[in-house]
Amino acid sequence: MIARRALLPAALLASGTARAAAGPARIVSVGGAITEAAFALGAGGQVAAVDTTSRFPPPVQGLPQIGYMRALAPEGLIALRPDLLLLSDEAGPVQALAVLRAAGLPIATIRDGAGPGAAEAKIRAVAAALGLAGEPVASAVAADWQALDAPIAALPRRLRALFVLSATRGAPLASGRDTHADAMLRAAGAENVLGDFAGYRPLSAEAAATLAPEVIVMMDHTIGEAGGIDALLAIPALAVTPAAATRRVVAVEGSYALGFGPRAAQARRDLTRLLHPGIALPELPARPWA
Amino acid sequence: MGVSLSLASARGIPPRVMALALGTVVLLAAMLAGILLGPARISPGGFLAVLQDLLGIAPLPDAFLRDAAVLGVIRAPRVLLGALVGAGLGVAGATMQGLFRNPLADPGLIGVSAGAALAAVAAIVLGGTVFGTAAGLLGLWLLPAAAFCGGLLATYAMERLGSVGGGADVATLLLAGVAVNAIATALTGVLIFMADDRQARDITFWTLGSLSGARWAHLPVLLVLVGLPMLILCTLARPLNALILGEAEAFHLGLRVDAAKRAAILLSAVAVAAGVGFTGLIGFVGLVVPHLLRLGFGADHRIVLPGSALLGAALLILADLAARSLAAPAELPVGVVTALLGAPFFLWLLRQRMAGAGP
Repeated sequence: MIARRALLPAALLASGTARAAAGPARIVSVGGAITEAAFALGAGGQVAAVDTTSRFPPPVQGLPQIGYMRALAPEGLIALRPDLLLLSDEAGPVQALAVLRAAGLPIATIRDGAGPGAAEAKIRAVAAALGLAGEPVASAVAADWQALDAPIAALPRRLRALFVLSATRGAPLASGRDTHADAMLRAAGAENVLGDFAGYRPLSAEAAATLAPEVIVMMDHTIGEAGGIDALLAIPALAVTPAAATRRVVAVEGSYALGFGPRAAQARRDLTRLLHPGIALPELPARPWA
Repeated sequence: MGVSLSLASARGIPPRVMALALGTVVLLAAMLAGILLGPARISPGGFLAVLQDLLGIAPLPDAFLRDAAVLGVIRAPRVLLGALVGAGLGVAGATMQGLFRNPLADPGLIGVSAGAALAAVAAIVLGGTVFGTAAGLLGLWLLPAAAFCGGLLATYAMERLGSVGGGADVATLLLAGVAVNAIATALTGVLIFMADDRQARDITFWTLGSLSGARWAHLPVLLVLVGLPMLILCTLARPLNALILGEAEAFHLGLRVDAAKRAAILLSAVAVAAGVGFTGLIGFVGLVVPHLLRLGFGADHRIVLPGSALLGAALLILADLAARSLAAPAELPVGVVTALLGAPFFLWLLRQRMAGAGP
C-alpha cells in the first residue's frame, strides 16, 4: 500500500500544485553553476540547502550542506522537505537518484555543460524549472560573452597552455579535451596542449617536455596544496616545460573559472587578461550577479 | 556477553538457544530502530497513519504522504537490504574463519571481493561503451549483475587453482586466493587508469559501500541469492566443527572434507557477491561479527554460523542508521561507519576478555 501510493509521483506533486504557480518555495540546489543561476535569477531566497560545489554567492556558505554531489543521500534530501531538487546532470549516484524519483521528490535535471552558449543554456533551464523569466539574465550573459569574441579571435596566435587539476602526489593530473578546463582555455585564446586526449590524464615528464606548454593554469587552492609555485615547478613533469623556465603559472578560482555559470563572461575576460597581458578587451557592464 | 552466558548457564538454558534468541532480539531491535529513526523525522502520528494505511484500516491522509515515502520507499527496503547483506557477510566470514582455521580470515580471502570490485569498476568505466548493449538492457542492474558474476568467477578460479589432483589443502587454497586477488586488483588498477575524473570518484565511493540505492525490486533477488546459501552454510556447522580438530581428524570422523570445503567456499562467494553488487564493498562485518559470537558463546559453529547471520544483519542496519544520521543531510559511506564504530568496540571486547582471563 505504501509502495503503491508513494510510487505515484503525482501523489506528492498534488500537494505542491498550489505553490507551483508561484514557483517552488524550498529549493535544494546541487551544482555550483546551477546554484549561481538560481541566485542570479532572484530565487536565492528560496534556496534551502546546497552541495559542496556551491560556493557563490556568499550567502550560500551559510546554508545547510547536503555533501558531495556524486554521493547524494536520499533520506537526508527528503528530510529537508524541498519542493524542488535542482540537480546538475553531474550529480549521482544513479541508484540514489532512482530512489529519490521513486519517493516522488520533484527533480529538475539541468545540463551542466561547458563552452560557448553553455552558461545561458543553464540559466534558461534553471529559469524554466523555477517558473521564472530567464531571458533577461541569459541574454545579458550571452551578450557579455560575445563582446569578448572579436578581440580574442584577433589574437595573433593561441598560447600553448596546460591545465593542471592537481599535483599533490605522483604525476600531475592534467586536463585533456571534453573537460570544463579545456573549454575555458580555448575560450580564453589558448590552445590546450593536451587536446589530443580526453578527460583528465596523469602527465609524464616526457609527454610534458614534448607538449611544451608556455603557461600552466591551475586552481589557486591546488597550488597551495602542492606546496607553492616553487615546489610545483620542481615536479619533474612540470620542471621540463617552457612555462617553468619563464615561471608562467596562472591561478584561477575553480568554481568561478570553470563553472560556466552566470559569471562565465567575467571569468573568460579575467583568464584572457592573465594569459595575454597586453590584450585590449571591452569593459563588461556591471551585473548584479557578477 | 559474559553476563548473558552466566545467566544462561544459571537457568539451565542451552547457550545455543540463548545465543540465537538474543541475536533475534538484537536484530528485531535494530530493524525497528532502522525504520523509526533517521534524519527525516517521522512523528508517532505519521508512523501510525502509515501503518493503518498498510493494514488497510484507514486510508492515508495527504499530510502524511511524505512520511509514507520515507518509510515505504527509503527506509523499509534499506533496512531489509542491510539485513540481507549483513547476514550474508556475517555467515560468510564465520565460514571462512572456520574453514581456514584463522581468526583473521574474511570473505576477501577467496577472491570474491576483489573479483566483484574488478567487475563493478569495469561496469562503471566501460559501462557506456563496451557494455553498451548490456547497459541498455540492464540499466541499473548492470553493476550488481557484473559484480555478482565477477565475484563468483574469481572465487571459482581460486577454488580450481587451489585444488590440485582433487584434494584442496587449505594452504594451497590461501595462496591461490592471494594470486587471484593480486590479478583482480591489478586489472582494477588498469581500469582506474582509464577512468575519467567522475568515474574515478564513483569508484572511490563504491569501494566505501552505501545502502543509499536500496529498492524493493532488489530484495527478492537477494532473498534467493543470499538467503539460500546462508541456510545451506548453516548446515555445514558439523563439518566445520570437525575441521577445528584438523583435516585428518575430520576425515576419520567420516566427513567428506573436500566436498564440504568446496561448498563452503562457493556458497560464501554467492552470498557475498550478490550483496556487494548492490551496496559496494563493506568491510569489517565479515571479520568481526563471528568473533563477537565466539567471545560470548564459544566456537561451536552451530551457534557461530546462524548467530553471525543475525548479528551481521543487526550490525549493518545500525551502521547504516549511523551513516544516514551522523552527517545529515549528507550521508557517510557505510563501510567507513562499520570500521569506525565497530573496530574500537571489537578492541574493547578483546581487552575485556584479556582482563577477564588474567590473574
